[in-house]
Amino acid sequence: MTMTAIGPVEESRTTRRSRISRGATPVRALPLVPAGGLLLIFLAGPIVWALYGSLTDRALSGARAANPQFVGFDNFSRLFADPVLPLSIGITVAFVVGSAIIGQNVLGLLLAVLFRVGSRAVTGTVGVLVVTAWVLPEIVAAFIGYAFLSADGTLNALLAGIGIAGPNWLYAFPLVAIIVANTWRGTAFSMMIYRAALDDVPLEVIESSMIDGAGAWQRLRLITLPIIRPTIFTNLMLTTLQTLSVFTLIWVMTKGGPGNLSSTLPVLAYTEAFQFGDIGYGNAIAVVMLVLGAVFSIGYVLSLRAGGERA
Amino acid sequence: MSVQIPSVAAPTRAATRLWANLVLVVIGVVFALPLAWVVLAAFDSAATYQVKLPTAPTLQNFADVLTPQLTLRPLLSSLLLSTGAALVTVIVAIFAAYPLSRYRSRFNAPFLYGVLFASCLPITAIMVPVYSLFVQLRLINQPWAVVLFLAASALPMALWMTKNFMDSVPVSLEEAAWVDGASAMTALRRIVVPLMRPAISVVFVFVFLQAWGNFFVPFVLLYSPDWQPAAVSIYAFFGQYGTVAYGRLAAYSLVYSLPVLGLYLLVTRGLGGSFALAGAVKG
Repeated sequence: MTMTAIGPVEESRTTRRSRISRGATPVRALPLVPAGGLLLIFLAGPIVWALYGSLTDRALSGARAANPQFVGFDNFSRLFADPVLPLSIGITVAFVVGSAIIGQNVLGLLLAVLFRVGSRAVTGTVGVLVVTAWVLPEIVAAFIGYAFLSADGTLNALLAGIGIAGPNWLYAFPLVAIIVANTWRGTAFSMMIYRAALDDVPLEVIESSMIDGAGAWQRLRLITLPIIRPTIFTNLMLTTLQTLSVFTLIWVMTKGGPGNLSSTLPVLAYTEAFQFGDIGYGNAIAVVMLVLGAVFSIGYVLSLRAGGERA
Repeated sequence: MSVQIPSVAAPTRAATRLWANLVLVVIGVVFALPLAWVVLAAFDSAATYQVKLPTAPTLQNFADVLTPQLTLRPLLSSLLLSTGAALVTVIVAIFAAYPLSRYRSRFNAPFLYGVLFASCLPITAIMVPVYSLFVQLRLINQPWAVVLFLAASALPMALWMTKNFMDSVPVSLEEAAWVDGASAMTALRRIVVPLMRPAISVVFVFVFLQAWGNFFVPFVLLYSPDWQPAAVSIYAFFGQYGTVAYGRLAAYSLVYSLPVLGLYLLVTRGLGGSFALAGAVKG
């Protein structure tokens, strides 16, 4: 429901023949104040606070909670020397590539393509199932993933049926477990985006390529995919950002463990700040995450702007 | 000619459809199996983590979890927090969208792209600084402050949606009101908002659902049991009983999810198509 509303910034179309001046004046901008205030206090505030807090040795409790000292870039030099950071970044990258880029996007595109061929009853039912997984609250999806992948869960019951004794997936393969669960939960978003994009591919282009003798695979690879390439790029950015910020799913299924083997950056920041009580260190990780998120956000905004200029 | 093409294509097309249906059914089963657990286990007095049909279907799990302490009070908290956040967001977004949609300014595009940029930043990334900022400002464990934070975190997307919806309300209707002496705010209240009502409910539901499903924010910012929403209380239940009371966990999950599914259905089936302004302006 969000995607219909996203689009490049446009001037209102109704500017012609206006008898009343439409220029903005300070008084006319007043209604922006509450929104600006909320965004400044609750979004910009914490970001500035993260930058500042990452330069202190603030703790969750004790003397350093009440009276933190300025420590310069100590947290960052500690963080960049800490072997847990490259591990966590690696896990985050694997989680994003595995569940967002490969899992959700490839599966979503596959579903969208199959929906154009399959019969109505089948596509309708499968569509509802996939979307239900997405609409459920994240914590419920996490319980469902936990139940499905635990030692005595449904997956192992199925494997036992064909004579394989499955492990406790959450413990033996925690990264695989959270990738599978996040793919299951998030595919619907890409599926809906690609479904809308495929509906917009002009029929004449497809028909003329059929007359030229292109097969189904050739049509998809040489005609359809190049046409929807801007959508693919935008969707890759969006799913990457959504996946970067996943916390609840991982926290409920594995708590980032065993060891730190499924600690993506948000889980690591939480653990360092609230389990080990090192708020300053947690802030430093938050800054790293914000920088990563900013890179992909800029990519997303630029891709939308490019789309707007072409139109 | 035109008769021949389908007759040649028909066998391959039927085969393609068959294959597509086959693959779709397999994917559908993969998505259905995990979902089946939460539905079946909720009605099973001897539920495990495996999908199985209850031997004697029962409502006992629901009766067990539907107590004031365990679910009813947390659900009420969820309702109050989510409604509060959605109300604040929608009202603030309508006010802010009006100048952005109606007046020309060279700041509009940078502001909107800035807001879009903000809507993409991972909120989980700022939860540690939000916590220490809340401690510093003595806002920790204050439900109203959590409402404001939830509202602020949903605001960029809501503002973007509202602005785009408002753009599709013809400005000529307001110009008529302006000529008759109405102020911009009167025009907003009397003309734009009534015309946008379906769109506003879409934004409201969107924010409400986000807040209702949010676990991380109240988990970090609200520790008093009096105000813990269902997301946090179900997590506590899972931590205490998750490895024994499977059926009750599933029942609680269903109770907590049903409003979400209902509202989603309402928005996509009911409200989605009714945002029409046909007839308001002569072509």
